[in-house]
Amino acid sequence: MDAKDILGLPKTPLPIAQEKKSRPHKDSQRKPDGISREVYALTGGVAPLMPSIDVSQLKRRPPSDEKITWQWLPFTSSARKDNLQLYHWVRVVNGVPPTGDYSFAKYNKSVDVIRYTDEEYAKYLTDPKWTKEETDQLFDLCERFDLRFIIIADRFPTPRTVEELKDRYYSASRAILVARAPSPGEVAGHPLVKEPYNVTHEIERKRALSMVLSQTKHQERKDAEVLAEAKRIAESRMAARAAEEPDLPVPSDIGPESAERAVGPGDTISPSNVQVHAAAAAPSTSVIADNSSTLASLRMLKVYLRTYALEQMVQAASSSAGLRTIKRVEQTLQDLGINLKPKVPTKAVCAEHLELRKEILTLLNLQKQLQYKEAEGSSFRDGSYGDMPGTAKRSQRAVDQDRTFVPDTISFGGDRGVKREQKRKGPGRASETPSSPAGAHKRPRKMKASDL
Amino acid sequence: MPHPASEAQVEDGGSASKPQRIIKLGKTTEDGDKKGTNKRVKDIELCIPIVYGTIAFYLGRKASESQSHKWTVYVRGATNEDLGAVIKHVVFQLHPSFNNPTRVVESPPFELSECGWGEFEIGISLFFHSDVCDKKLDLFHFLKLYPEDESGPQSTKKPVVMESYNEIVFPDPSECFFARVQNHPAVLVPRLPSGFTLPAPAPVENMNGKGRGDTKDHPLNHWFMNFSEADELLKLASARQQVQAHIVKLRRELSVIDGMPQPLKPASSYECT
Repeated sequence: MDAKDILGLPKTPLPIAQEKKSRPHKDSQRKPDGISREVYALTGGVAPLMPSIDVSQLKRRPPSDEKITWQWLPFTSSARKDNLQLYHWVRVVNGVPPTGDYSFAKYNKSVDVIRYTDEEYAKYLTDPKWTKEETDQLFDLCERFDLRFIIIADRFPTPRTVEELKDRYYSASRAILVARAPSPGEVAGHPLVKEPYNVTHEIERKRALSMVLSQTKHQERKDAEVLAEAKRIAESRMAARAAEEPDLPVPSDIGPESAERAVGPGDTISPSNVQVHAAAAAPSTSVIADNSSTLASLRMLKVYLRTYALEQMVQAASSSAGLRTIKRVEQTLQDLGINLKPKVPTKAVCAEHLELRKEILTLLNLQKQLQYKEAEGSSFRDGSYGDMPGTAKRSQRAVDQDRTFVPDTISFGGDRGVKREQKRKGPGRASETPSSPAGAHKRPRKMKASDL
Repeated sequence: MPHPASEAQVEDGGSASKPQRIIKLGKTTEDGDKKGTNKRVKDIELCIPIVYGTIAFYLGRKASESQSHKWTVYVRGATNEDLGAVIKHVVFQLHPSFNNPTRVVESPPFELSECGWGEFEIGISLFFHSDVCDKKLDLFHFLKLYPEDESGPQSTKKPVVMESYNEIVFPDPSECFFARVQNHPAVLVPRLPSGFTLPAPAPVENMNGKGRGDTKDHPLNHWFMNFSEADELLKLASARQQVQAHIVKLRRELSVIDGMPQPLKPASSYECT
């Protein structure tokens, strides 16, 4: 009694198998090879106009006519002077091992160190600070270690600095070269002759380099300030030179000091002719946008109040922002319960206050960006179906209506933002609905500290 | 009294006109003096925290039309230390209706008491010792006689106190000044960078001769306000935290919008018809 008999189902499973066979057949028509069906569906289920990946590239196998084996074979290298027999794995193609030198032998380069004879030493190379043995040892080590002077200095029997060793080696080689050359003109082109090693210069250079590398952040800031100030001084000098000579501002003692400070970090200004504007003139120079140049100009003053310094820094930080933004920053400060001018302006408090102001500026900028992005996004989404000029206008109106329900978090200048959007979308638009956003748009409530 | 102009030197070796030569002569005689002031201590800024303001008492029964209040204007160290080591004298500029409106106070404590009826802005000019700074520093303070809440009659016991905290910063002190005050309680010396060689400390002399210049036992000192930066720092730190959290939230929102797939972008070619 087969169950199938009772149910009346067909006995043979043929139709099902046929179904199964036909389905893969259909599937292979619908989806391309190489990627699964689900992945393909993610791209929208439509074939891209240009295939991005060549599907045939995806599973390349080596050409099947060659027979590859790997064998453990001995090899020789031209770089080795001994007869040491070494072995390694070799890719053998059709029973033929690869030919040629060991592939890394070409990297075995060495330096041609000039070796002198004893007579040559006696004639040209005697030096009060160096004995013959030392010089010989030096040249041996140079040859052995390919002029790696750090290692040579390390292994040198008597303590010598790297610069001394370099000096001895290069001057000795140079002397030999010049002595051996039939005429001076022939070796004039040789790098050893053309550019001799300058010991004092090298020592000085390395010292300066290590000083620069070991500068603390403090020093770096100071240097930046001084350089900014130097630039300002140079520019003001240009301006002063263009202007009338007798009309110079009140000079002060700052001249020699700024020169002193500037020469230290590196000779950027000529010390003698520097004229620096007196403290009274400093605030009246053009808007100092750079933070470090504000700091520099403060240091030019003999004395100042902490509150004055804070004002200058705040001004410099908000120099890129408009009046409206500055008002918004102040409003935010008040909402957060912070005085616009700190009650106890110590150095730390002023620094924190300044940082807070900068962060609020960043916050406001981000809010603006977010507004614009959202507006762009929504207009794109709505405006892409059925693109005729008439429908485009309609979709943009829809955008405005969307904007009336701006979320409260973006309250600062929210309504102003919408107005700006309006203007962007074309002159015809504005005339159509002159007052709709202003009218329909509810004034968003001011952000409170509790909102944050 | 303005500082002698001889310290200023025109440095561009231009035409040597007569006045210039006189200036140069002047400088050579004072050279010995100035040696200390010309050498500056690099990269150290000295900071003098001060408090300045007014305390005004209503005279009550003794008040008359023209003299209803007795008030005192002063500049003191923020911790009531003697400012005489730094400040040479202070000039208080009063309302022109006062006799001799320019009052000079030559020694600490730098204060001035007067009687009057009106509120006005007082100009306070600080003049420093010659090795400290040759420029004066100006402050302004509005004299307040009447309390905020005008409820009921004024008390003669409780004065109206208005004080402001500020710090005088010398970004580039001379070695002489630094040596003199590096251990002075009125001066804030910052932590010195490593490898810094201090000039030898000179003994703290009483620059102004007479008596003590600090205000620790000043008769009005119980009205002095306390200025603590800890409070402000706490408030600022919490405000910064709030703003930073908000910034992070916005950045996240922005990145979501940027990363949002534009499903019709491939079809955009249709749009440009």
